[in-house]
Amino acid sequence: MPEYTLRLRRFSPETGEPAYWQDYTVDLEPHRSVLEGILQVRAEQDGSVGIRCSCRAAICGSCGVRINDKPGLACHTHLDAAAARSQDGVIKVEPMGNMPVIKDLITDFEAVHWKKVRRVTPWLLPDGPPPEREYIVSHEAMVDVTQSMACIQCGACVSDCLSMEVDPEFIGPAALAKAYRFVGDPRDSQHRERLEDLAEDPHGIFDCTHCFNCIDACPKGVAPMSQIMRLRRKATADYEIVDRNNGERHEKAFVGLIEKYGTLFEAELLPQSYGGKFHPRAMPELLRSLPVLVKGLLRGKITVMKGLHHPKLPDQKEIKRIFKTVEGRDQRYELNLYISGVDEEPEPAGAAGEAVSP
Amino acid sequence: MSIKVAYWPGCVSRGFTPELHGSMAAVAPLLDIELVELDRANCCGAGVIAEHNQELADTLNARTFALAQRVEGAHCMMNICSTCQGAQSESQERLDANVEYRNNVNETISNEDGLRYRKGLDNKNFLWLLVEEIGLDELRSRVKRPLSGLKVGPFYGCYIVRPAERLGIDADRPRDRYLHEVIEALGGTVIDYAGVYKCCGFPIITMNREASLRQAGRHLGDAIDADADCLVVPCPLCHLNLDLQQPLAEREIGRELGMPVLHLPQLVGLALGLEPKQLGMNRHVVRPSSVIDWSTSVVAASS
Repeated sequence: MPEYTLRLRRFSPETGEPAYWQDYTVDLEPHRSVLEGILQVRAEQDGSVGIRCSCRAAICGSCGVRINDKPGLACHTHLDAAAARSQDGVIKVEPMGNMPVIKDLITDFEAVHWKKVRRVTPWLLPDGPPPEREYIVSHEAMVDVTQSMACIQCGACVSDCLSMEVDPEFIGPAALAKAYRFVGDPRDSQHRERLEDLAEDPHGIFDCTHCFNCIDACPKGVAPMSQIMRLRRKATADYEIVDRNNGERHEKAFVGLIEKYGTLFEAELLPQSYGGKFHPRAMPELLRSLPVLVKGLLRGKITVMKGLHHPKLPDQKEIKRIFKTVEGRDQRYELNLYISGVDEEPEPAGAAGEAVSP
Repeated sequence: MSIKVAYWPGCVSRGFTPELHGSMAAVAPLLDIELVELDRANCCGAGVIAEHNQELADTLNARTFALAQRVEGAHCMMNICSTCQGAQSESQERLDANVEYRNNVNETISNEDGLRYRKGLDNKNFLWLLVEEIGLDELRSRVKRPLSGLKVGPFYGCYIVRPAERLGIDADRPRDRYLHEVIEALGGTVIDYAGVYKCCGFPIITMNREASLRQAGRHLGDAIDADADCLVVPCPLCHLNLDLQQPLAEREIGRELGMPVLHLPQLVGLALGLEPKQLGMNRHVVRPSSVIDWSTSVVAASS
């Protein structure tokens, strides 16, 4: 059987010693999991290694760790795949990020993850007395929330959330995906209240930077970032919530400028995101940016001309027409590949691949 | 042999980072790239239009793709902005996956003299084109002024590395290592530091200024601690937060930084023998003095 080197990050806060790395060699088939490797270490070499696990089948979400700098489930990662991904063949395993470590690979979920999940009121809030029998819900409506329901609360997305790394108060990907599960559920009566709450929170839905880390981290395809974008879409377009964090204003400014010019008029985007050049909210923000704007002017990055004028595309009326057509629909046409999958259509000859032109 | 590309420069390279557009134009002939600029194409939406209305973003991007497909003899479409790459790849993924959706989008754009997007466009960032179409050996052979001793920290930006599957990153095409490979091919030394694959913070600058600048400041500081002379970025939006906003990031994290940040074509151009001024390196907020000796105009790297 092949040998694998596991490099585990060891840490016991009560000893007062700093964390350190310890190497172990295990003998296991390549298709066995990193978790099985760690459990073998614990059974045969060092009983003091700490890891949390239960189902060993990627269902319970207990064994979230970082393997070679990427978050995932230890039970869901084969040893050969993990070794192949490593620069030197050593499988490096450490506890997940953005959460305090209790011991070795065990993180404190209560301190971060569960607190944030509770923050979004993760239960149904229906209106009025319950029906005599079950609630009747359309198939489409439930399919819509299946992606967010697939979450197993493993915390992999929380571990590598880059917004949370600099702002521990950010509600974060797992909890916000859970929030969509109820905002998208027709039985819930508090959609507006939920969205207002999440949009107005200074560490809410508008603090996601679109870094896609949570999408790559999730072992279940929940795509938390996509759920956050859907929360924003519902908040701004369906409920027209104007939040204090400039989320709605920024989106409106950006979309409006493209409708008018076709490409982005950057010098207008900043003031408009604060409500317009002369809005009291804009002044302090623009003043704070003054030093960099002056420097940009001095270096010729920004010119007065660019600040005042932006050319429209030669056929801007086409862009306007596209906006009118798409925004004029009774219902938004959204395609979620998690649900729809990919067509297996035959390709017309010459259409696929290499060249751009036929 | 030259490569003809349908070239989408994006908005920011012609806006607040004009040195990017200029340096790409200066570098292209040295690599025999023929740029056919898509002067009628529109903004990619940068994720913001998609968050407002997904179909709208996809339709606008399909229009750009269709315009690119009309450029006769073009090898592929090329962009110089990670954010364009990511936003356009996301739209393309949906357009290519579903024929009904694609037909619906094509119906909207086709009023424009029969404009139509056909599935399977090849859209590559300049970084990908360098490695996959031109090749590292060819690039190496064209280097006139090796970046010897220059310690360069790669900063990829989110949109060009995640999600890995959508962006076609795998063992055969390790696109998440290309910046490393290009720096080495140009004769420079790669500095690996904590921020290589992290987010510059730019997208939330108007919503949470502190968190945004803290991200930029942290990565710049990590690069300094790892002893980098400069960073290189394939994304002008990252450049805005890392260079233009660097004085504000310094204030936010309470640390002096002064880390020069180069656009990818600037780094390539330097190695191919162009002068810093031709590459617009005098336009940066943080003077690249650790990279350039301005008196002699040669690569100066701290030794």
